[in-house]
Amino acid sequence: MSDSIYKPYLMEIEQIVEETPDVRTYRLKFKNAEEAEKFSFKAGQFGEYSVLGEGESTFCVASSPTRQGYIECTFRKAGRVTNALANLELGDTVGFRGPYGNTFPIEEWEGKNLLYIAGGIALPPMRCVIWNTIDLRNKYKDITIVYGARSVSDLVYKHELKEWEDRPDIKLITTVDPGGQTPDWKGEIGFVPMVLEKAAPSSENTVAILCGPPVMIKFTMPVLKKLGFKDKDIYTTLENRMKCGFGKCGRCNVGKVFVCKDGPVFSYEQILTLPEEY
Amino acid sequence: METTRKLIRKQSLEKLYNILSTTRKVYAPVIASDKQVEYKYNPAFTDVTFDHIRSTLSVKNVVFPKVENLFYYTNKQTESTITDIDLNKIQDVVLWGAHPCDNAAFDTLRSIFCWDITDEFFAKRLEKLVVIGFSCHLSDEYCFCTSVGLTPNSTKGSDILLSRLKNGDYHAEILTEKGNAIVSISPELFESVTNEEAEITSVKQKFNHEQVTAKLATAFENPFWVANSLRCIGCGACAYVCPTCACFDIQDEASGKEGKRYRSWDSCGFGLFTLHTSGHNPRNVQSQRWRQRIMHKFSYMPERNNSLGCVGCGRCSSGCPVDMNIAEQLEALQNI
Repeated sequence: MSDSIYKPYLMEIEQIVEETPDVRTYRLKFKNAEEAEKFSFKAGQFGEYSVLGEGESTFCVASSPTRQGYIECTFRKAGRVTNALANLELGDTVGFRGPYGNTFPIEEWEGKNLLYIAGGIALPPMRCVIWNTIDLRNKYKDITIVYGARSVSDLVYKHELKEWEDRPDIKLITTVDPGGQTPDWKGEIGFVPMVLEKAAPSSENTVAILCGPPVMIKFTMPVLKKLGFKDKDIYTTLENRMKCGFGKCGRCNVGKVFVCKDGPVFSYEQILTLPEEY
Repeated sequence: METTRKLIRKQSLEKLYNILSTTRKVYAPVIASDKQVEYKYNPAFTDVTFDHIRSTLSVKNVVFPKVENLFYYTNKQTESTITDIDLNKIQDVVLWGAHPCDNAAFDTLRSIFCWDITDEFFAKRLEKLVVIGFSCHLSDEYCFCTSVGLTPNSTKGSDILLSRLKNGDYHAEILTEKGNAIVSISPELFESVTNEEAEITSVKQKFNHEQVTAKLATAFENPFWVANSLRCIGCGACAYVCPTCACFDIQDEASGKEGKRYRSWDSCGFGLFTLHTSGHNPRNVQSQRWRQRIMHKFSYMPERNNSLGCVGCGRCSSGCPVDMNIAEQLEALQNI
């Protein structure tokens, strides 16, 4: 008999990065080599991460499928499971079920410019596809990343932001909310929509990928429209509460659409057809 | 398989029950001390009720238990181990005496649990289940099977369907191989069918489900939902008594270094059901949750699962503490 659909892979924490005081990134390695061999995923997919005895929590896979042999997840300490996760140490066990859900259509994007826009803790769901496309750099034209957080200390992946900043083939714009800057902050100061409007990237042959809190999305969409982006060229991810991850437990649906099966990646064109249940 | 029709005499029915209940698990309805109708394993034949309209809870727990363990785990110093549930230990169960609405619900549940990927816990329990259904000779004002494409003697979901005749004997429709296997245990109890008429109750049609489904396609923003859910207290009783509600929660239960992960019944009527950790809730008020319940059963499921999420048993209405009546609401909805 094949394994139960509810049975997680057992993963070992191989690396821990303290991104911010309450956000951590774990690099997880399969304990079972055979499972590692069979496992594959694509950018945009998510999983159920668990601490045995505490429960499961849903996050995207934050590492790129081009980086094999491990997966990474980034989470903020918020509820019971994420607090339990945050208390783990190197070598400890994390359960993982997945991958679930659809993927970013990166093959369709080949030959285009990519504009990534993320706010706060919403960079992790985008980090996978960002690295995926950077690792296939010659397939894409300009890659621009606009990333904002409330304050400098809330920026995640600081070491990678540096790496992206230093690369000549990536344009990185970072910003913090007014008052969130430090004396030596060299990035922008202001909210993501305003910074985006100021940077005014061309919508010509460009796909925009947008992830952030609802308020950021709300004010960024008009800017993207003003810049000439079409609904079908804007992508985002929806993140409703989930339990099973495969369309049975009944809670993540937005109208008839299951975020876990039909999403989490949606074009804005699709989003417009959905009722406001996210 | 082609349906075969047989006759079971009143006395033979008792014999059949006794043979089955001495050799396997038989889940049959009895009248409890508080007058509620509940199902029990292997009650004495004399305790089994043949005159109930509906049990308080549906019988979905035979394939979808209230709490189902998914695996056990042990956390040691450096190693954790997971022990699967041995699904081969799930025993054969004969469901005896459930009515056509409840039996039709097994197909509905299958359309959820076996949609896309198969939930092996559910599938195994269903595989091990034999359904000896009983047509309804009684009904009440809460029944509306005829509004959702069923009848008091629908065969859907039954392996054998028994219908009581005026003289107390039963007509048996043997519908599946599983039903045949039951007959072959004691074929002498199944005689040639007679012309005697079966006592089947009549259930008035209250709405047309296809019209309801069509109406729902454009009813998401209709003020109907607020107006019709103002008295809903979000207790979730409707989901717990429903034979087709399949939404579940997944939780861990630890006892020291050991524990288990299980799933348990849940309800879209609860605010916590969709609450994000951030505090945001996509279905923040009761009217949105009531809408979800109706939309899921009558709009999303027909489209996504190719099934209707309601069998017209009437439990959600008869059991509602604030007397919300789903059939009345759908009748009203059909005409908005």
